[in-house]
Amino acid sequence: MAVNWFKYSSPPAFYPLAGRLIPWFAAAAAVLALIGIYVGLVVAPTDYQQGDSYRIIFIHVPAAWMSMFIYLVMAVYAGIGLIFNTRLSGYMARALAPTGAMFTFIALWTGALWGRPTWGAWWVWDARLTSELILLFLYLGYISLYAAIDDPRRAARASGLLALIGAVNVPIIYFSVKWWNTLHQGASISLTKAPTMAATMLTGMMIMAVAAWCYTIAVALMRVRCEILEREVHSEWAAEQLAREAR
Amino acid sequence: MAEFFAMGGYAFYVWGSFGVTVLALVVEVLLLRRRRRTLLRRASRMSRKVSMGVGA
Repeated sequence: MAVNWFKYSSPPAFYPLAGRLIPWFAAAAAVLALIGIYVGLVVAPTDYQQGDSYRIIFIHVPAAWMSMFIYLVMAVYAGIGLIFNTRLSGYMARALAPTGAMFTFIALWTGALWGRPTWGAWWVWDARLTSELILLFLYLGYISLYAAIDDPRRAARASGLLALIGAVNVPIIYFSVKWWNTLHQGASISLTKAPTMAATMLTGMMIMAVAAWCYTIAVALMRVRCEILEREVHSEWAAEQLAREAR
Repeated sequence: MAEFFAMGGYAFYVWGSFGVTVLALVVEVLLLRRRRRTLLRRASRMSRKVSMGVGA
């Protein structure tokens, strides 16, 4: 069966589809997170060097991955919006930003709580930590720039440009541990080498990463539905949709 | 059980990480639901006005 995907790039068609997808992704996120937490906190053995403090990585690593992935996805949507002037891509970019900022904050927070017992410092100004902090500022800058401009189209254009330019920071974060002498360790998982960690630890982390993806999709779809209705309230379909749901 | 919660002496760091993460996720979902409810409440007020003929 051929599916016309372009159909779903129009807000009136995408809105009900998003509504149908949300419960599935939310349920998958909840189930996977519970399994991942069980594997991470109960099944995985205590690390012989770090003791139990290493269990923080089951949150820290997926959150840090998400903070970078979400930014790239957001930048792609912003770019599509800038080039093709499609409404939905702008809504999607804005729906992703707060969740990305939240995962960046979680990565920094859990990193501090891991760094204190492991390095003896909550925070150091090394390249990895500093560029991740800049990522948080980019998210916040993107959100506030959009909010600061009254005309929605100009706001979308200015903030979309910021999202695109800021994307240069993502490879800097990712490769910072290679390019500079950082206190932060290098990657334990890479595309080119076998992972340097125990299998159960890896399994737990991967499950948590997939859970974080599902959570992000569910929350972004919830937010994009609000975004669509708020922005298109003056169009006939949105007004009808609102009236139907408000009853 | 007590041993589990002690996390080998790292309870503050481990539970501080998991706790704040759970809190952040819950707050995000609650804020979103509030945003949606506000939207729907405003819409139902509007449609009532329209049906009473008070103006669109």
